[in-house]
Amino acid sequence: MSQQPPMIQITNLSKAYGKNTVLHDISLDVPQGGSVALIGPSGSGKSTLLRCINLLEEPSAGSIRVDSQVMEFGPRSQRPGGARLAGFRAETGMVFQSFNLFPNMTVIENVMAGPLYVKHVPRDAARAQALELLDRVGMAHKADVSPSNLSGGQKQRVAIARALAMQPKVMLFDEATSALDPQLVGEVLGVMRDLAAAGMTMVVVTHEMAFARDVADTVVFMSGGYVVEKGPAHDVIENPQEDRTKEFLRHFHVGRN
Amino acid sequence: MSYQWDFGLVWHYAPLLGTGIEYTLGLTVVTSVIGMVIGTCLALCQQSRMWFISVPLGMVSEVFRCTPSLVQLIWCYYALPIVLGITLSPMSAALLALSIYGGVFYGEIFRAGLRSIDPGQWDGARALGMTSWTMMRRVILPQVLRRMVGPMVSQTVLQLKNTSLVSVVTVPDLVYQGQMVASATYRPLEVYTTIAILYFLILFPLTQLSRLLERRWA
Ligand SMILES: Nc1ncnc2c1ncn2[C@@H]1O[C@H](COP(=O)(O)OP(=O)(O)OP(=O)(O)O)[C@@H](O)[C@H]1O
Ligand SMILES: [Mg+2]
Repeated sequence: MSQQPPMIQITNLSKAYGKNTVLHDISLDVPQGGSVALIGPSGSGKSTLLRCINLLEEPSAGSIRVDSQVMEFGPRSQRPGGARLAGFRAETGMVFQSFNLFPNMTVIENVMAGPLYVKHVPRDAARAQALELLDRVGMAHKADVSPSNLSGGQKQRVAIARALAMQPKVMLFDEATSALDPQLVGEVLGVMRDLAAAGMTMVVVTHEMAFARDVADTVVFMSGGYVVEKGPAHDVIENPQEDRTKEFLRHFHVGRN
Repeated sequence: MSYQWDFGLVWHYAPLLGTGIEYTLGLTVVTSVIGMVIGTCLALCQQSRMWFISVPLGMVSEVFRCTPSLVQLIWCYYALPIVLGITLSPMSAALLALSIYGGVFYGEIFRAGLRSIDPGQWDGARALGMTSWTMMRRVILPQVLRRMVGPMVSQTVLQLKNTSLVSVVTVPDLVYQGQMVASATYRPLEVYTTIAILYFLILFPLTQLSRLLERRWA
C-alpha cells in the first residue's frame, strides 16, 4: 500500500506574542481528504493555530507544509515576502466566525473576487463558477443582492462559496457557526458536512461537539497552547483519556443525531 | 452718523479682485492635491511597521498639527531659506507651507478611515491570497474612500480659508488684492464686505456638498 504524504503537515510549530508563548511545539498531520476538529477552552490557541496554517499569523518557529508548498520559520529562516505569502494563502480557504464578506461588493462579486483579482480568471468564467458555487450552498437566488441584506447563516454560506472559488487544497473554519442564531447553525453545518463528504481536507475549530464527533475523523483537544489529546473523533469525544479533556467535555452535553 | 455705502468704486477694481480669486482658487487646488498626495503617503507610512519611518513622520505631523499655519507660513518664508541656504519666492513658500499643513490633516483623515475598517476585512482579503496592493485597491480603498469624501471636502474648505494667510508674504490672493483695492479707494468697508461675500459664494456650495456627501455615504 503506497503511503500518500499528508496534505497538511505542521512540524514543531511555536507562536509567541512578545514573551507570551501561545502555541508550544505543535506537530500535526492532516491526510488528504481528512477532517480535523480543533476543540478546547477559550484562549487555548485554536484560532492562532488555524491562522498559522494559512499564515495570517506568522509562526515564531517550525514549519508548515500545505500540499507542495513549504514555509519554514525561526531565527535562521528568512521571512517570506508578500507575494510568497499571498501565493501560499491562495491555496487555502478560510471561513471566519464574523463572515468578513466585502460590503462594497454584491454576493456574487464576493465569490468572484478571488478568481478575478488573484487568479485573473476571465470574468465570464469567474461568474459561471461563482453561480455554480452559490447554487451548491443554496444561495444562487441571492447572487445580486448586497451581503448586508442576508441573514447570518446566508452570509456564512456565501463566505464558504467565496473561499471555495479559489479551489483551495484545504479549508479552514474558525468557529463558523458561533455567531449564528441557533436555528441557523444547521444550514451552515450542513454545507460543511457535504464538503467533508466530498473529500475536502478540512481543519475546523468548533464548539459543536456533536459535529466534531460525527463529521470530523480526528479530534484534537488543545489547552494552554499545547495539544493535550488527539485521536479518532468518536473516541476522544465519547471516551477521553486525559483529565483536562474530560473536564472540558463535561461542560458539553453531546446529543445524539 | 450714517455711512454712505458706495460699491461703485469697488466694481471699478473688479479685475484686480478677479486676479485675487484666481490665485486663491489656484492655491487651494494645488495645495489640496499635493496635500492629499502627502497625506496618503503619511497615512500609509505610519501604517508601516518600520519604526524608523513611522516615528519621524509622526513627529513632523505633530509639529504641523500643533503650530498655527500662519506661523508655519512665515517661518517657511523667512527662516527656512536661511536654514537651508536657498531662496524661496513668496509663492513657493506659500505652496510649501500650505501643502504640508494640508497633508498632515488629509493624512489624519485617511488614517482614521483605514482604522474604521473592520480588521476582518483585511483577514478576508488576505485569506483569498490577495497581495497588499490588490487588497487595498479592491477591498479597503473602495470602503475607505466613501467614508473619507465628506471630511476631505471639509478639509478642503479649511484649506481654501487658509490661503487667505498668504497675503502676509505678498502672494496676490483675494485678501491681498483686497488690501490693494482698499488702499486705492479708501473704501475698506465696501472692499472687505465684497471679499467676505466672494468667499461665502465659493465656500457655501462646497460645505453643502460635503454635508450631502456625508449624509449619503457615511
Ligand atoms: N494578536 C495577539 N496579540 C497578543 N496575544 C494574542 C493575540 N491573539 C491571540 N493572543 C493570545 O493568544 C492566546 C490564544 O488565543 P486564541 O485566539 O488562539 O484562542 P482560542 O483558542 O481561539 O480562543 P477562543 O475559543 O476564545 O476563540 C490567548 O491567550 C490570546 O490572548
Ligand atoms: Mg478563537
